[in-house]
Amino acid sequence: MRNLFGRSLQTTIIFLIVGGILVLAFGGYLGTASRGLSGSLVGVQTWFATRFAAIQDFLAAPRDIVALRQRNTELEQEVSRLQGQLIDLQQKVDETEILAALVNFQRTNPERSYKGAAVVGRDPSPFLHYIIINSGSNNGILRGMPVVTNQGLIGRIDAVIADASRVQLITDPASAINIRLQNADTDAVLVGSVTGDLSLDMISQDVTVEAGDVVLTSGLGGGFPPDLIVGQVLNVRKRDFELFQQATIQPSVDFARLEIVLVITNFRPVDIEPLDPLNTP
Amino acid sequence: MFRNLIAFPLLALVVIVQSAVVSQMTLLAGYADLMLVVLAAWALKADASSAWIWALLGGIMVSFVSGVPWLVPMFGYLFVVLLAQLLKQRVWQAPLLAMFSVIFLGTLSMDILTLIVLNLLGTPLPVGDSLGLIVLPRVLLNLLFSIPVYAVVRDLAQWVSPVKEVE
Repeated sequence: MRNLFGRSLQTTIIFLIVGGILVLAFGGYLGTASRGLSGSLVGVQTWFATRFAAIQDFLAAPRDIVALRQRNTELEQEVSRLQGQLIDLQQKVDETEILAALVNFQRTNPERSYKGAAVVGRDPSPFLHYIIINSGSNNGILRGMPVVTNQGLIGRIDAVIADASRVQLITDPASAINIRLQNADTDAVLVGSVTGDLSLDMISQDVTVEAGDVVLTSGLGGGFPPDLIVGQVLNVRKRDFELFQQATIQPSVDFARLEIVLVITNFRPVDIEPLDPLNTP
Repeated sequence: MFRNLIAFPLLALVVIVQSAVVSQMTLLAGYADLMLVVLAAWALKADASSAWIWALLGGIMVSFVSGVPWLVPMFGYLFVVLLAQLLKQRVWQAPLLAMFSVIFLGTLSMDILTLIVLNLLGTPLPVGDSLGLIVLPRVLLNLLFSIPVYAVVRDLAQWVSPVKEVE
């Protein structure tokens, strides 16, 4: 009994001593010893905390990456959708601009009737320069009608079916149009080529032609109405030993980017072939 | 037999794609002739009688859309089929080589025929420019197109007239 009491007392005293030392140490009353102890404990705590945080990150991170990837995919889809929308809207804006220009052109030339049509194709053969438009005889289109844009002349109707027509461009190698040089006030013939370049032929040697001169249809021959803009003179080739001068023309229309065109529906080409002396019996 | 009727929608689609898409993909001033490539591949893979009919149909469809006189695509495509039939018998072990040969010779003959006919009808086409700017780029583009087209047409020919396995 005495032994038991003695051991309990001994234990209690030891606990009190150790507890007291710890209290004093944590309270900072033990100076260097206290700092060393608390420093060691904080170090251990830091070590554990760092490792735990690392383990926690390791375990939690994959879930975050999956979530982030999912979010990224969603955002990319959203960006793609918006980009598609932007392209659609841009196309509509471009189309509206073209239509507005055509309407403006129509207003400034009220003496003519126009029928708008979209370009839906080109000739399968690269030797010829034809386009296909989505208006035909059902829309009052007839063979020979001139086709223009707000920038100028592009060609004439070559063949017509119910809902489509084929247009021979002025750049076609077989195309020859009577034109007038506005500044020089002289007539000439505009011819196309296999490369799509336009040139003027049959310009009299007496006439002074300069780069920048405006080229208009003359109306001679009855194939086209007069005063439709064709382009501008780019450069002139004049040789003394040749009968005529020649000139290269910069067309006013970009033939590579034709989208919407206007057919002049109140113009009927005149067939002057029977009046040609060579065809008269 | 009835599967051969696919020629109508397929060749119509070829003309549409040619007119709306392929003709915008230019190299110098030339662009590929998709109809010629399809017909050459078909003539190499399918039976002779259907190849002649397809060529005739393709010629009619192209001459309907094109400003080129009708006899050019008609006889041009028939000649391509003839070339394919001749080469098929001689180069039968290397079908892609036969395809390239048909495309090369077919494109040249077709374009030279076009050049001659258009010049005869009064369209001034200088031979040098036409060869350099149209015909040679067209040969190259047709050869490029021939690889994917051959693969598609080979599967189509197999679908139209399946080869029966010998037991």
